[in-house]
Amino acid sequence: MELELIQRAVPVLLKGLGVTALLTGVSVLVGFNLGLGLALMRLSENRFLSGFAKYYSTVFRGTPLLVQLFLFYYGLGQLSFIKNSEMAWWVISDGTRCAIMALALNTAAYTSEILRGGLMSVPAGLVEAAQAAGMSRFLRFRRIQFPLAIRQALPAYGNELVLTVKGTSLASTITVLEITGYAKRLMSQTFAIFEVFAIAGALYLIINLVLITLVRMLEAHLMRHQARSR
Amino acid sequence: MEFGLWQVWEGGWIGAILRGAAITIAVGTAAMLAGLVVGIACGLIKWGRVFPLNYIVDAYTSVVRGVPELLIIYLLFFSSVEFVTRVATAFGYAGLADSGYAFTIAVIAIGAISGAYSTEVVRGALGSIPKGHIEAARALGLSGWRIFRRIILPQMLRIAVPGMNNVWQVTIKDTALVSVVGLQELMRAAFIGAGSTRNPFIFYLIAAVVYLMITLVSQVGFDRAERLLKVRSRK
Repeated sequence: MELELIQRAVPVLLKGLGVTALLTGVSVLVGFNLGLGLALMRLSENRFLSGFAKYYSTVFRGTPLLVQLFLFYYGLGQLSFIKNSEMAWWVISDGTRCAIMALALNTAAYTSEILRGGLMSVPAGLVEAAQAAGMSRFLRFRRIQFPLAIRQALPAYGNELVLTVKGTSLASTITVLEITGYAKRLMSQTFAIFEVFAIAGALYLIINLVLITLVRMLEAHLMRHQARSR
Repeated sequence: MEFGLWQVWEGGWIGAILRGAAITIAVGTAAMLAGLVVGIACGLIKWGRVFPLNYIVDAYTSVVRGVPELLIIYLLFFSSVEFVTRVATAFGYAGLADSGYAFTIAVIAIGAISGAYSTEVVRGALGSIPKGHIEAARALGLSGWRIFRRIILPQMLRIAVPGMNNVWQVTIKDTALVSVVGLQELMRAAFIGAGSTRNPFIFYLIAAVVYLMITLVSQVGFDRAERLLKVRSRK
């Protein structure tokens, strides 16, 4: 690998790193909250709410992210009520915002399944005890159900974070220049295909490693009571 | 008919989309099978910690599972185009951008991705086979190959079915990515239709529905396979 090429490729790909981080950060933030909402809907007694959450996750998990992205970016602009709504148009008209929306909606579906599993693993007795102690519904959720569910769900959620980081690469297909977008451009400019792949791939591996380490640290922090008793 | 549903019918796009869907399924199936072979081989290496090879397999699975699929597809397509064109011109073929070539590279790319996920599933399934079964087989004097074929493989496949279902779902969705390098599969057919009729909404919606149908139908199939294997193991 020539030094000149590295000197040329690394700054360009680092420029993309910021965009990839932005796409990941915002879509995870939005997606986690949506996913939590969907998981609660799925577990609610209301058949309409749980049915909606179920179909939502089936549709978003059953179709490729690329199709969702193209449908939102190219397709939605055709609908007149989207065109007329200022807010919706603001989201759709820009590649980055549209990619964030698609990624957030997509990761919300997967997150809802993960959190649902976590919430279902909370023993009913604990919730009943909290109820008997006179905790309100919200307090019960905040103090008992959510903290226990998140401990159960964290390892699977770490995998989902990695999938979201990988998903951000698809934003390059709708004109967003993030790591993969720049990498493709560099590949066709320099013909140093493997070298560019190696640098871009290393950047993604570093992002994923950092995220996984953070999740592990959070997990260790939440599970510190077990480490002490051992 | 507002969003060009009539145009889809009139222009004969339904045929193009169905042909695309057939190619999507073909790529997905071929890649899944290739991935399964890779996955069983690499899974065995990882499970048995075959010394120098297990590091290579570790590197392969962590790179492929940590790097975006799109980047891997770009790598394989762009680097092979150069290579294959050189070989082809040496043998006297001029135009090589035909679909047979794109299909092969697509299967290799998606198969490599699918193989990395299969490896983890196979390794997990192998890990859950009780050690005593293998020891018992060894005590009976079965040869290594027969232990694999009669004890390890049947149990492993049964345990791996739910995991393989997940791998299949990921694989079939990943085939959409090869559309960006020009293979005429479902997503590409929708893309071309969207471009030439200027009705992207209906085309991508149809593509989404077809993908959903593929994943839902195969989900039913896998559920049935799982039930079948469970019943047989109870006997």
